[in-house]
Amino acid sequence: MAIVEVRKLRKYFDAGGVHAVDGVDVATEEGEYLVLLGPSGCGKTTLLRTIAGLEVPTEGEVLIGGHVVNGLPPRARRIAMVFQSYALYPHKSVLANIVFPLKAERIGKAERERKAGWAADLLGIGHLFDRKPRQLSGGERQRVALARALVREPSVFLLDEPLSNLDAKLRASARDELKSFQQRIGTTTIYVTHDQVEAMGLGDRIAVMYEGRVRQIGKPVEVYDDPADTFVATFLGSPPMNLVPRDGRLIGFRPEHLLPEEIVSGDDRITLPFHVHRLEHLSGDRHLYGVVKGLGEETRIIARLPATVSVPITPDQTYTFAVHGYHLRFFDAKSGERTDPVRVGG
Amino acid sequence: MAQATLERADVETGRRARPRFADRDGLLAWVFLLPSVVYIIALVAVPFFLAIAFSFSDVTTGNPSFNWAGLRNYQRIFGDPVFWQSLKNTLVYTGIAMALIVVLGKVLANILVANFRGKWIVRFLVLLPWTTPVALSAIAWLWLLDSIFSPIDWVLREFGFIQGNMYWLGKPNLAMASVIAVYTWRTLPLAAVIIMAGLVAIPKDIVEAAAVDGAGFWRRMFEVTIPFTLPVIAVAALFGAVITFTDMTVVYLLTGGGPTHSTQVLASWAFIKGIEGGDLAQGAAVALFLFPLLLAAVIAILTAVRRMEVS
Repeated sequence: MAIVEVRKLRKYFDAGGVHAVDGVDVATEEGEYLVLLGPSGCGKTTLLRTIAGLEVPTEGEVLIGGHVVNGLPPRARRIAMVFQSYALYPHKSVLANIVFPLKAERIGKAERERKAGWAADLLGIGHLFDRKPRQLSGGERQRVALARALVREPSVFLLDEPLSNLDAKLRASARDELKSFQQRIGTTTIYVTHDQVEAMGLGDRIAVMYEGRVRQIGKPVEVYDDPADTFVATFLGSPPMNLVPRDGRLIGFRPEHLLPEEIVSGDDRITLPFHVHRLEHLSGDRHLYGVVKGLGEETRIIARLPATVSVPITPDQTYTFAVHGYHLRFFDAKSGERTDPVRVGG
Repeated sequence: MAQATLERADVETGRRARPRFADRDGLLAWVFLLPSVVYIIALVAVPFFLAIAFSFSDVTTGNPSFNWAGLRNYQRIFGDPVFWQSLKNTLVYTGIAMALIVVLGKVLANILVANFRGKWIVRFLVLLPWTTPVALSAIAWLWLLDSIFSPIDWVLREFGFIQGNMYWLGKPNLAMASVIAVYTWRTLPLAAVIIMAGLVAIPKDIVEAAAVDGAGFWRRMFEVTIPFTLPVIAVAALFGAVITFTDMTVVYLLTGGGPTHSTQVLASWAFIKGIEGGDLAQGAAVALFLFPLLLAAVIAILTAVRRMEVS
């Protein structure tokens, strides 16, 4: 049984003028980490808030634990939510913040403190109990917010961009902590982010959203390798997938799959002349900006050479690069949807 | 480009480009502040010091010549039971009105922020008492509380709660209750709007987090919204207190301080003594009694606000 399921969910704002969520069907699997990924305004947060009960859907159903919860207020849904701002109560101490949901459930003081202690141990924040939120760092605040969510022992965690307020360095370690934390407690989690790195790193599955719809849902590697349409293909990956127009189709390949011909072996390789305009060194990799001919129309593309490839490249030169046929993806130029592969000459 | 050429020309000729009037912030500050400074000096500071001077004199409306009277005025008002009755009434009215204003102000503010059909008309009606001139509304209340024709009595009679009339303004306790009710009614809209501003400023996330955390209406109110709005509520209480404390119109028009001074307050007593009775010196002494009490109240509340401010 799915812990959380939404069926044909629609949420319109401004009397139907804005379709924030426009027909979404998603079901989580037991204990899974589902990431809702998409650019700003794609409806991912609205979807999460509708599941939480903070928004009333215009159409469709939200099910939690197999029951339709459309009419239930947030507190009756057995969910816990961590907000982007963490939404800690600034006038309460860390301990009072953590036990607040338990007080609301009228749980006795001893039991409240036992649970708060357990959650704090799990997150390593026991020494902060007497502090006020303003005396905490971003990472500590995030852990307090998680502890507050955890003590209720919810059937699902809803996390709304919980890492976006952290600086880049802290974000990487907090991401790692979040993942191991979820694996330890095993609670189904829905996580909203616009950051593909977080999505790829954290998610058991990723639902890529755009304009209120789920474009693709699948394991990170599936969404990355086999994008369902050009939006997914270009939203995921840094740099994004290259798309070369040819006869009403777009031929896509990842920047890391276009390599100098001498290191691409095999029968199905396709060689292309690549005129390099510019070159960037990023984290040891080399990003080459230039133009390819031969695959389809002349197109500006990016190739990414890993640090292990030491072939010398200088700007304003043309080199022969190659890509494996099995790395090519084909899309309809009009709709952007995936199509069957076609033969492209080698 | 033209500007650059001009500046270079200025530099070359050695002429200093003089800042214009609009560039001189220090001067502008004074120019803009001047009207209000003049206003405050003329209408607040001068009368205030005049009142202090009068309270140590024997000035009357009949004989405005200033003769030093020392503390005689104060001795006389301290010996007057009406003064003590007025002081007590002022404190009691202010205390009760302030409590009512805070509690009802919070309730009204909740109604004002709620989203429902027709909220604009409700907001308008809530704010109406504040926009009505106090003399007009006091007269309206005078009619509502009339000893014979009171519509309130009529309603109560129709429902069978009373027989005859209540004589709202004729019995000391009812008269006090009526005065407090009118004070509360007048100041409530301001307090409600101030508290509403506080409620609107609460981060939406926090209220939603409380809802997700399982807090019901009362818990959200007492553990989240009230702690958040406490400084603002204190400000609303301060305004309510100051307005009630210094107001003479309501008492003067409703009861004239009666029956037999039972609803007299310092402000109305000062007016009756000083202007109507002609004893400006004693009136000034009574009125000055408002000042230290108000000052103490303002300092106390502002200090409390500072301490309570949630970062």
